[in-house]
Amino acid sequence: MSSVAQKRGFGATVYDWMTSVDHKKVGIMYLLGGLFFFILGGIEAMLIRLQLLTPNNDLVSAGLFNELITMHGTTMIFLAAMPILFGFMNYIMPLQIGARDVAFPFLNSLGLWMFIFGGIFLNLSWFFGHVPDSGWTSYTSLAIASEGHGMDFYAIGLQIAGGGTLIAGINFLVTIINMRAPGMTYMRMPMFTWTTFVASALILFAFPPFTIGLFMLTFDRMFGANFFDHTMGGNTIIWEHIFWIMGHPEVYILILPAFGIFSEIFSVFARKRLFGYSAMVFATVLIGFLGFMVWAHHMFTVGLGPTANAIFAVATMAIAVPTGVKIFNWLLTIWGGSIKVTTPMLYALGFIPSFVMGGVTGVMQGAAPLDYQLHDSYFIVAHFHYVIVGGVVLAIFAALHYWWPKMFGTMLSEKLGKVTFFFFFIGFHLTFLIQHWLGFWGMPRRVWTYMDGQGWNAANYISTIGALMMAVGFTVLVINIIITTAKNVRVTNDPWEDGRTLEWAVPSPPPFYNFTQTPLVRGLDTVWIEKMEGNKSGFTPSEPVVDIHMPNGSIIPFFMSLGLFIAGFGAMYRAETTWGLTVLILGLLLSFIAMSLRSVKDDLGYYVKKEEVLRDLKSKGGSN
Amino acid sequence: MMKGLKKWRLFSLLAALTVFLAGCGQEELSTLLPAGEVGRDQFNLLMLTSAIMLLVIFVVVTIYVISLIRFRRSKLGEDHIPEQVEGSHTLELIWTIIPIILVLIMAVPSVYYTYKLGDVSAMDAVDEDGNAENLVVDVTAKLYWWEFEYPDLGIVTAQELVVPMDEKVYFNLIAADVKHSFWIPAVGGKLDTNVENVNKFYLVFEKDSKDLKDGVFYGKCAELCGPSHALMDFKVKTMPRAEFDNWVTAMQATGDRVADTAVSQGEELFAQSCIGCHAVSAVGESGAAGPNLATFGDRNRVAGYMDHTEEDLKNWITDTQKYKPGNTMPSFTQFSDEELDAIAAYLMGLSVEK
Repeated sequence: MSSVAQKRGFGATVYDWMTSVDHKKVGIMYLLGGLFFFILGGIEAMLIRLQLLTPNNDLVSAGLFNELITMHGTTMIFLAAMPILFGFMNYIMPLQIGARDVAFPFLNSLGLWMFIFGGIFLNLSWFFGHVPDSGWTSYTSLAIASEGHGMDFYAIGLQIAGGGTLIAGINFLVTIINMRAPGMTYMRMPMFTWTTFVASALILFAFPPFTIGLFMLTFDRMFGANFFDHTMGGNTIIWEHIFWIMGHPEVYILILPAFGIFSEIFSVFARKRLFGYSAMVFATVLIGFLGFMVWAHHMFTVGLGPTANAIFAVATMAIAVPTGVKIFNWLLTIWGGSIKVTTPMLYALGFIPSFVMGGVTGVMQGAAPLDYQLHDSYFIVAHFHYVIVGGVVLAIFAALHYWWPKMFGTMLSEKLGKVTFFFFFIGFHLTFLIQHWLGFWGMPRRVWTYMDGQGWNAANYISTIGALMMAVGFTVLVINIIITTAKNVRVTNDPWEDGRTLEWAVPSPPPFYNFTQTPLVRGLDTVWIEKMEGNKSGFTPSEPVVDIHMPNGSIIPFFMSLGLFIAGFGAMYRAETTWGLTVLILGLLLSFIAMSLRSVKDDLGYYVKKEEVLRDLKSKGGSN
Repeated sequence: MMKGLKKWRLFSLLAALTVFLAGCGQEELSTLLPAGEVGRDQFNLLMLTSAIMLLVIFVVVTIYVISLIRFRRSKLGEDHIPEQVEGSHTLELIWTIIPIILVLIMAVPSVYYTYKLGDVSAMDAVDEDGNAENLVVDVTAKLYWWEFEYPDLGIVTAQELVVPMDEKVYFNLIAADVKHSFWIPAVGGKLDTNVENVNKFYLVFEKDSKDLKDGVFYGKCAELCGPSHALMDFKVKTMPRAEFDNWVTAMQATGDRVADTAVSQGEELFAQSCIGCHAVSAVGESGAAGPNLATFGDRNRVAGYMDHTEEDLKNWITDTQKYKPGNTMPSFTQFSDEELDAIAAYLMGLSVEK
């Protein structure tokens, strides 16, 4: 973000962002897109809780409620949590490994726009009046029977967004394998980079099956196939397997980067090296591996038979071991440290008890016979919100406060940050703790209302109050962001003063080429090592100042994704309108033209001249 | 702020404890008050895993609280640089091996009960005369109601399952339209009713439902199945074996209910408008378009969840979509008030227990 960019007109700025392949701008756009969908998903959550405030409530109708739960789950997982984490991965990971951009900047932009168009496609269903209503799991007997275009929006929207996810995952993998600075060996990579690496590997293996599954669903619903129609020889259980083969690793795709974020925060704000780094790396890889072995624990009640259930039960419990290793290593990181309770640290400290509670209920559900009782009851609702809100969302908020100064050059208010935390944290436990008991008391999940006289009233009332508190907390965060941006007090390279990893050795925000000189990495927590040895900049260059090769921006990814978006509407309305088929073909044509343009046009990037880099250096007083 | 944190922790602990002590739920639908062997096995597993997990939470919270108190920068001074410890192999081993042991302690009973609860080998057993030794109930889940057929006894009922106490009752489960899940929380865990295959399991009922608040256990559909998923309740009546045998005999006797000439206006109207979907004789086979109404007068609810009154019955008949959106029964608006009264009275009179 050079000073030249700020003098441009509004239109030019928008065009600059639309065509940007800079990992930092793409990261910020992922973050903004994700936060937008997070707000949508949050509003859906509030409506769900308000409907369940009292028995026999009629705030929303039965059909609308199913649409709300479906869109809440789908939005939060695929369009909010994952893209927000992608935002941080995009922005921070290349900085942490000392790279100037990701390996495939063009693909990075393509992934972003596919996510945005996929997300918009899915949410446009609200305006068309046909909203997905078969749950985020979209079990096919119901999804095939679902009337209107709701589940078509689900299948096509997720297909487009899922393509973007896969692209992003591959990109991160290649970046981490190929673009590490000299000296940055695998076992010197910061924990957040490691978890990004493993989560990306999970994406690589988990999303292709889901892509196939979504194509099958699309063909069943829109083109007369019968993959999931048992009366025609299809099978609905196959969908459940396909879904959970993606769906279970998906939760690790979310939680592993969250673990990475907390690992960074614990060690920075305890001023101490991460305890048992190599055990942490090993545990991360092991969790990723075991994550693929346990999908059928979502299907204990499907009737797979005792042998399958027993195997998946034991495999599921086994995951508790590496996860426990992580928890204890975090505890030993702060043990003997010098703990400063900043807002990010507060989230990290709140995370430990919350996530442990979510984790242990997961092990309980791993006991298959017990799961026969807990499955699809409110207990499971409590469990997965404990891991996803208590793990992933707390990590997202922590990262937002922690990396905000790096990304935007200004510090979020610590005071308001703590207010956010207390509202959100207390609200969270108030909402979900009691839901464990609702499950024990026999309340099934996904019910749009409940009768009086079943002993569930008070608990549901408390739960809704908690949800409202979470909404208050989030609102304070938004206010915090607005005030901070308006005040715009600039910060230095290392505003937390205890930064340990390479992102804290560059200006906040970093210049568009990140590093004037590629850094030399001398160990784990390289910036900390440099600082301890008296090098205040925290940075030793590995090369003289030379011309820097950078990629060109491009509008092509935008049009490629737009083509798929248009084709999606064509596919959906093909059967019932005369224009559907034409739109389908035109949309695909647009994508193909954009692809061929990319293929025939040589784009070799450009060089930032040495003189320009030196000029930048000088204007900042010679420091990095 | 630390004080606030600690205070809140104490408060939450107290709150959790209160909830725990207050809350075992209601006898007719709580998994914490198991009314049968299967539910009790699962409850024991719950207690075992909870105990181990509370132990884990206790250890974590202890280390956590101590480090939070001891290692604060405000105490140690702004300039304190802690020792940069790399790790400890001994500790890593300890917190790998102990969890493995804890997991094994949970894994063994889990596997044992998985096989125990999955054992339906006695289902098809017959005695010397070729009669089934065990009671088998075929359950068909439909948009939004439940059909219960007793194949060996030749009777069908709906919405209210009637079973004998203190013996294994075996179930064949299937769905007729979309996937549902059969769950009687107080008696035992759920099993899905898939569309393409029959799932089998057993439950044991050990408590007489007469002693319960409504005289029935509550059953639930536990898989999202459409707009009225929340309303797809059923009820379960348990009784001693002798009483159950009487009930079966009475049910088998309803075969001659289908008279040539109607004796009341209600019966006549029913025969004109309703009999196409709803049988009033319990003798026959499953697969009807609507719930069998042979025992309607004995039931606890109208449409699975509404009060069992003539008033609610008439509301239901005249506007089915209002009360159970997405269900397959059309609304009957053509009846006059008088005709509705007659139908309601007729239906309420359908009983085998009175």
